[in-house]
Amino acid sequence: MAPEDRRPVAPKAGRPLGLKAGRTMHAGPVTYLVLALFTAVSLAPLIWTAIAASRTSGRLAQTPPPLWFGGNLFKNLERAWTEASLGDAMLNTTIVAGSITIGTVLFSTIAGFAFAKLKFKFSGLLLLLTIGTMMVPPQLSVVPLYLWIADLQWTNQLQAVILPTFVSAFGVFFMRQYLLQALPSELIEAARMDGASSLRIIWHVVFPAARPAMAVLGLLTFVMAWNDFLWPIIALNQSNPTVQVALNSLGTGYIPDRAVIMAGALLGTLPLLLAFVIFGKQIVSGIMQGAVKG
Amino acid sequence: MSETAEYAETASPGEGDAAPAASGSRKGSPTSSWRSRLYRWDIKASPYVFVAPFFLFFGAFGLFPLLYTGWASLHRLELTNLDDSTWLGLENYTNLLQSDYFWNALGNTFTIGIISTVPQLAVALGIAHLLNYKLRGSTLWRVAMLAPYATSVASASLVFTLLFAWDGGMVNWVIGSVGIDPVNWRESSWGSQFAVSSIVIWRWTGYNALIYLAAMQAVPHDLYESASLDGASRWQQFRHVTIPMLRPTILFTVVVSTIGATQLFGEPLLFGGTAGSKGGADHQFQTLGLYLYDQGWINGHLGRASAVAWLMLVILLLIAAVNLLIARRLRKAQ
Repeated sequence: MAPEDRRPVAPKAGRPLGLKAGRTMHAGPVTYLVLALFTAVSLAPLIWTAIAASRTSGRLAQTPPPLWFGGNLFKNLERAWTEASLGDAMLNTTIVAGSITIGTVLFSTIAGFAFAKLKFKFSGLLLLLTIGTMMVPPQLSVVPLYLWIADLQWTNQLQAVILPTFVSAFGVFFMRQYLLQALPSELIEAARMDGASSLRIIWHVVFPAARPAMAVLGLLTFVMAWNDFLWPIIALNQSNPTVQVALNSLGTGYIPDRAVIMAGALLGTLPLLLAFVIFGKQIVSGIMQGAVKG
Repeated sequence: MSETAEYAETASPGEGDAAPAASGSRKGSPTSSWRSRLYRWDIKASPYVFVAPFFLFFGAFGLFPLLYTGWASLHRLELTNLDDSTWLGLENYTNLLQSDYFWNALGNTFTIGIISTVPQLAVALGIAHLLNYKLRGSTLWRVAMLAPYATSVASASLVFTLLFAWDGGMVNWVIGSVGIDPVNWRESSWGSQFAVSSIVIWRWTGYNALIYLAAMQAVPHDLYESASLDGASRWQQFRHVTIPMLRPTILFTVVVSTIGATQLFGEPLLFGGTAGSKGGADHQFQTLGLYLYDQGWINGHLGRASAVAWLMLVILLLIAAVNLLIARRLRKAQ
């Protein structure tokens, strides 16, 4: 089951990378101006979330809306943290997203390696199956999954959210595409000649070669798992929520205070924005790599 | 299939019967034959071992539920009594096809899908074109454009709900300052659908721009050189070189965005607040995804929800078929 936001990679456009690919025209002032405008549109809602979170509920109902920060930020953050149990929710989400990331990266790497470099019966068919189901919507599995976790009495427990998303077809395909090019077959051959077992080859040859792609896949998976929505709100409720479940109950009037709601929205996004500030370059190149290699 | 044919392509030929050179044991000794058998077994079985964890999870939590949903859709299955399911045949489906709310949700999914996907991809193409110039701080621009992608559906929807609020909302204030009457973004039909779409557009435009940018950078430089030698303006180059070269990527993003639009769920749910799963008081922005959730977990008809899920799959397959047809047409026309 793929989380609702999981978007697979695009096929390669045009010819394979030629001698001189891409354009090298310099940008003029108009280009910068238009880009600045789009950047403003893309960042404004995020900045305004912080502004709204620093105000009071009453001020947010007045016209004109506040355009600069007020003094209530920490009070609102504290209320969201405790009253809307966002503190617990963030811990839960860290556990969930962390486990899913580890599972996805590990199993995608070894399965991707098998598909890229090993020959076995039905490998083509299995790969096709993997890619084909990447586009099946998660709605198609929520009813049986719900019956299942109800049967196991896992409702409201974190493993109910972790296990269905523990592996990812996108991840397998992503690692396969990377390892096809990044891992020379001679390297595996040499290791085999030295009598290395498959496990040793995975550990000493595949993992080191795959490390950059594993990091990128890990980042993308973490973002997707942190933001997953449909399945968590079915499987969990307010007593043991992930961030998205807690935000959903905030939005449906659990706490009617607008400023606290905005503080919650800010808290729920902050860890990922932080990751973006630190790893932005890797995330961007990961998405672009996934789009071109194919 | 012969034994050697199943060997990894990386194993060198002639190695099959001998223990690996490094093992150092003499051929024929008990340890050596045990080792070589182990080694052969390792080469033969390890690919399956490596893909097994993925397929075990995938089968249990992806493939099996997919089929089981089809089975459940033929039963009466209520949330209040999970152990009791009675066979209904196609009754869930015929009920759905006679329900006004189902058709309403299908129509809403279609209109919201169009008004969120078309501008999103068009703007993304424009932004990608600009990002493709030689820019100062190019990484910074890209990261900034992608920032909304890091924001969750829930956070983004909460913020946009406030931006589109009737009282004190930013949007009504801005359009009011240029003399337009405030719009009731939650109650009006087209207004609420526009508001929901704007959340989607905001979150995904930068992402799609990066996909296009990656494709643009793979376009060979000399195509532009020869185009400019022929006297093509920048706009003509964009239309007659960039767009045709990007056609597979554009088609891909259209398919993916359409699939995303068909599943639209979180944005309208949170935008609706307390009336979330209904998609507003008049179901004015209830999508198929919301309708499924409303039927299954608010009204408790899990069998009916399963039928909605399977109808969604049918719709997706239809969309994919239409896309394929259009793609073939375009290729022929070229």
